Amino acid sequence: MGLLSKKDSKLILDPLADNNPITIQVLGICSALAITAELKASIVMAVSVLFVLGIGNVVISLMRNIIPSKIRIIVQLIVVAALVIIVDLVLKAFAYELSKTLSVFVGLIITNCIIMGRFEAFALGNGPWRSFLDGIGNAAGYGLILIIVGFFRELLGSGTLLGFKVLGDPIEKSGLYAIGYENNGFMLLSPMALIVVGIIIWVQRSRNKALIEDH
Amino acid sequence: MEHIELFFKSIFIDNMVFATFLGMCSYLAVSKKVSTAVGLGAAVIFVLAITVPLNWLLDQYLLQPGALKWLGTEYADYDLSFLSFIMFIATIATMVQLVEIVVEKFSPSLYNSLGIFLPLIAVNCAILGGSLFMQSREIPTLGLATIYGIGSGIGWFLAILAIAAIREKIRYSNVPPALRGLGITFIITGLMAIGFMSFGGMLTGGDEEAPKEEKTAKVEAYKEDSNKKVIANNTKVNE
Repeated sequence: MGLLSKKDSKLILDPLADNNPITIQVLGICSALAITAELKASIVMAVSVLFVLGIGNVVISLMRNIIPSKIRIIVQLIVVAALVIIVDLVLKAFAYELSKTLSVFVGLIITNCIIMGRFEAFALGNGPWRSFLDGIGNAAGYGLILIIVGFFRELLGSGTLLGFKVLGDPIEKSGLYAIGYENNGFMLLSPMALIVVGIIIWVQRSRNKALIEDH
Repeated sequence: MEHIELFFKSIFIDNMVFATFLGMCSYLAVSKKVSTAVGLGAAVIFVLAITVPLNWLLDQYLLQPGALKWLGTEYADYDLSFLSFIMFIATIATMVQLVEIVVEKFSPSLYNSLGIFLPLIAVNCAILGGSLFMQSREIPTLGLATIYGIGSGIGWFLAILAIAAIREKIRYSNVPPALRGLGITFIITGLMAIGFMSFGGMLTGGDEEAPKEEKTAKVEAYKEDSNKKVIANNTKVNE
């Protein structure tokens, strides 16, 4: 990356794999699991978090020297809440159906631990540009997991991707369904999200032995 | 009856952790030991029981479309519902701070056991989620909102207690190295969630009846309307 120095590009690339917010830092799990039954909802959620975390990190970083440390949590919550209201209103205006599917989970971006976690751990101690990169990187790492989980749940659960019937039509028995393939409706139920994330963690940690926990 | 039904529904069927995945972050982070899990669980019940009814009042008298009617008729068409996120989270954050101060003053022993968890709770999705679900499910009365808060708190408490107990035992099991810690916790939680889904059949009878009543009410209202129309037409004809 010519545009960014090595240190800066590390800020973006690290959270994508070895320091992933969901699988390693254990942040922001709630929303990751609840809305991933469809790929589309996962993508929208990922973009919303990208927006909130990118801008929020910059705002907090700009204010980091004037926030009294005792009330910083309330200040942070108000900044996030304001950004989330913007996201919520935009979704309601341009994608009403989708905002119904996401229901309360747009609001829950406020208490998404990823956001408070990055504010506390990074934005309070670094300049705006680096905080912005950190926010983008972490939100991208979060979005990546969301999209992987959403991809598998929608593909295996309803045989579609973004609503397109990629595996053929289950009613007309075309495509894969012609040879007796069946959708696994279980994938659409919420517990499977947990198990899919568990498997992602398993794969990641068996590839990188340094990440294995003692217990 | 309604109260008991909502109470059990919010504990088992709509369990915060297993049905809606709220409060997962602290659920995973603080479930290594049963004793700390009990502390956090108790704090969650406590805070949910306070913030849900409080936010219900806010929602009812400040945020809903037309909620400002009590100020005077000219305020009746204000709709402040877009402010609900910021109002709810501000209430929660201040309440948590207030509770912390009060508990520290009056019950130092309780403060010692809950103390370190209270600040954590302000950013627990289960708390905000409780208020948001209360709003989106349109819980009708203050009493029901309190019951909902307490019930979902107990549900969360049961979930973190169960996983903490399992995690204490699983330390002695031979888990594949890459799954140790976080991975196996996710998978166990998934299996527990499948178990909790079986509670879903418990109250479905009540759920099926509810929409029917609405329908009949609508039909009656419709009949009344048509009757009125007929009467109105008759009077017109008479004139």
